[in-house]
Formats: sequence, structure tokens, C-alpha cells
Amino acid sequence: MSNNNHPTSPHLQIYRLPLTALLSIAHRITGVILALGCVLLVWILASAAEGASAYQSLVPHLESWYGQIFLLGFVFSLYLHFCNGVRHLFWDVGYGFELEVVDITAKLAIALAVLLTIVTWVVAGVAGP
Amino acid sequence: MTDLRSPLARVKGLGSAKDGTTHFWRQRLTALLLIPLVLWIGFSLAALPVDHATLTGWIQQTWVTIALILLIIVTFYHAQLGLQVVIEDYVASHARRTALLLVSNLACLLVGTIGVVSVLKISFGA
Repeated sequence: MSNNNHPTSPHLQIYRLPLTALLSIAHRITGVILALGCVLLVWILASAAEGASAYQSLVPHLESWYGQIFLLGFVFSLYLHFCNGVRHLFWDVGYGFELEVVDITAKLAIALAVLLTIVTWVVAGVAGP
Repeated sequence: MTDLRSPLARVKGLGSAKDGTTHFWRQRLTALLLIPLVLWIGFSLAALPVDHATLTGWIQQTWVTIALILLIIVTFYHAQLGLQVVIEDYVASHARRTALLLVSNLACLLVGTIGVVSVLKISFGA
């Protein structure tokens, strides 16, 4: 009696999420990462307000490998959330709902986020430590 | 007098909270404000050498102080709204959800305040 061939609803573990769905969950994940990262940034700001020695003791950590990974991750999260957020704002006013456009803007958001991250990194490298 | 809610629903305070789109609207308004502010802070900090004197000297400029405080307030307001949605969506237990929302909201308020005070301290002081 039971028909095992009937189509089942997409199961998250075997269903390959389309790009726009991946960006959707990435938007939330990067949002949480940014909120946590902002706590660290305020900590740095507060230490700068505390005085030069408190701040300078943090600088080696920022320049270490884990500090650089944090900064790179934060900057990329920031720009991905930024670009995808602008994409959401366009949706909010009614533009860009066609499937092809959704796919193009998804790729555009990722490409722009990578580009902005690279440009920021280059600017920081030119400015020097 | 045409209240379609059951007496039980009325007693429990169910029904419209009268702020249907407020959360959505504030999320978008803060997002719009963050567009120029994020581009400004990202490239300004990248272009700045990291030593203490340069950083505090930069913050002490009046317009930087104003923009930084604006950025901190809007950022933590936006974060509070966003974290609230994530917690409401993924934490099923009512008690744990309420507790997490309290912690998240208070943390945003606290860290945001520390940020603003730090900027003011740098701007007015040493």
C-alpha cells in the first residue's frame, strides 16, 4: 500500500541549497559574527580611551596571526552582510525578484564583498602598521 | 464592541501588539544609515596607522567624534534588532528565549554605551 516513490519535500541534508538560500543563511551568520566582533572592537576602543599603554598592549595581538584572521574574517563578514543587505533593501522597494536577477545579484554581492575586502586590505597595507 | 477574540485570548493578552511593522521599519532605517557610515569607517580605519596617538588624534576631530558616536548607536541598535530575530527564530523554549533576549538586549545597550563613552573620553580628554 505504501508508495515509497512519491516525491518528498526537500530535505535539508540532501537538498542542494540554491545560492540565494546560502546567502540568506550567510546573512544571519555574518550578522551574529559582526555583533560579536563589534564587542571586541569596542574593547579596543575602550582600551584606547584608557591610555596609550593599555592600547599598545593590544596591538601585538591585532598584528598576530589570530588577530589578522579575526580582522580579515570581520571585514569580509562586514562587506558580505553589507552587500547582501543592500540587495535586501532593493527587494524591500520591489526590485529584483525575477529568478535570473536574484541569481545575478547574489553573485554580484559575493564578488563585491571579495573586492571590497581586498581593497580594504590593500589600503591598510599601504598605510602600514 | 465586536471583539472577535475569545475571553480567554483577551485575558492572556493575545492579539495585535499594535506594532506590526515597527521592527521591520527600524531595521531598514538603521540599515540605510549604516551604508555611508560603514564605508566611511572601513576605509578610514584601513588608511590609518595603528599607533595610539594617530588614532586618538583622528577621533578628536569634531566631525569624527560625531560620526563615530552615530555609527556606534546605529550599529548596536541594528545588532539588537537582528539578534532578536535570530533568537526568536531558533530558540524554541520560551524560558530560554526570554532569557537570551534579555541578555542580548542588555549586552547591546551596555557595549554600545561603553563605545560612546570611550569616544567621548578620547574626544574630550588626554
